[in-house]
Amino acid sequence: MRSSGTGLLIAAGLLLVPCSAARSAASAAERPTVAAARPLAPEFSLPALNGKQIDLAKYRGKVVLLDFWATWCAPCRTTIPRLVKLQKRNRDRGVQVIGISLDDDPRAVRAALRQFAFNYPVAIGDAALAERYGGILGLPVLFVIGCDGRIEHRYDGETDLEVIERRVETLLKRERCKAAEPHH
Amino acid sequence: MKTLDFASLTRRGAIGFGNVFLSIALLVTGGLAVPARAANPLAGSGTPAESTGPAAPSEVPATALIQPEALAKILKSGQAPKPVVIQVGFHVLYVQAHIPGSEFIGPASSAEALRKLGQHVAALPHTQLIVLYCGCCPWVRCPNVLPAYAALQQAGFTNVKVLYIAHNFGTDWVDHGYPVAKGD
Repeated sequence: MRSSGTGLLIAAGLLLVPCSAARSAASAAERPTVAAARPLAPEFSLPALNGKQIDLAKYRGKVVLLDFWATWCAPCRTTIPRLVKLQKRNRDRGVQVIGISLDDDPRAVRAALRQFAFNYPVAIGDAALAERYGGILGLPVLFVIGCDGRIEHRYDGETDLEVIERRVETLLKRERCKAAEPHH
Repeated sequence: MKTLDFASLTRRGAIGFGNVFLSIALLVTGGLAVPARAANPLAGSGTPAESTGPAAPSEVPATALIQPEALAKILKSGQAPKPVVIQVGFHVLYVQAHIPGSEFIGPASSAEALRKLGQHVAALPHTQLIVLYCGCCPWVRCPNVLPAYAALQQAGFTNVKVLYIAHNFGTDWVDHGYPVAKGD
């Protein structure tokens, strides 16, 4: 269940969809609400519009916030400046934000990059990537990926970034995070 | 650019007074009126996806709303004449899951999508039942349904419904087990 209400959104964040399951092919009843085993985040390699190639595998050892968004999506626009601040505060602490735009037109995304002064890489995604992440059938959707490359949480809709930051702090304190060696 | 009177829409309740200031001028493109509000603060000038500040779907009159369950029943019944169902959301969403038989137009917060909408309905009788839907975002934050609805109203269509999607297409349509198609 998702809602624009913060409380429900937080609850919705507890929904974790297996990476291999195409959401549109599975009913709600078939999808687990709590991941029995934290699934590995599907790897991808995409050209960033504001930087080099984004290879998710290279961020192993960091906590990754993977944000699916679009330029015309109001909740997404609300979230972006907060993610920029979060990235600024935590860059040296092993946290990496990655934006995946689902815009149809890259020119709108490039304009947004100028407007929002993103300090994290942004690439344009497609339906295949969306389905590998369990289906992105509404925006925004933000995944928190642990240092070991496994999906910790999925947040659907506009989410309180403080909740996400607390989650990030928890992950950073985990032993396996400390032990993980960043690839770069 | 042609300026048209938006007062008639206001009187009919299609556009509330709260948004009139955003809707004074209409940019006519491709036979359909594009509300002047459809300027994307994220898109630079001249980008094709010039779209939107918030275009509150709450301005769509309640009488023009159709609930997912009701539309699903209509589609299942195979009643004639069939409604023309049009998706005014984003392409990645459409490819992952859409209402069978629905036509992809694109985010109607953009002038380009409204041009496509105009072309798509050009040959239809003005009494044709047309159902618009998006599902990109929670209803109150959707930027796409109101511009599409207002444009069809302005063009003289008298039987336009908007699918009420409270949260997003996944939660309110796919998760309910209503019919879904994939691909273009």
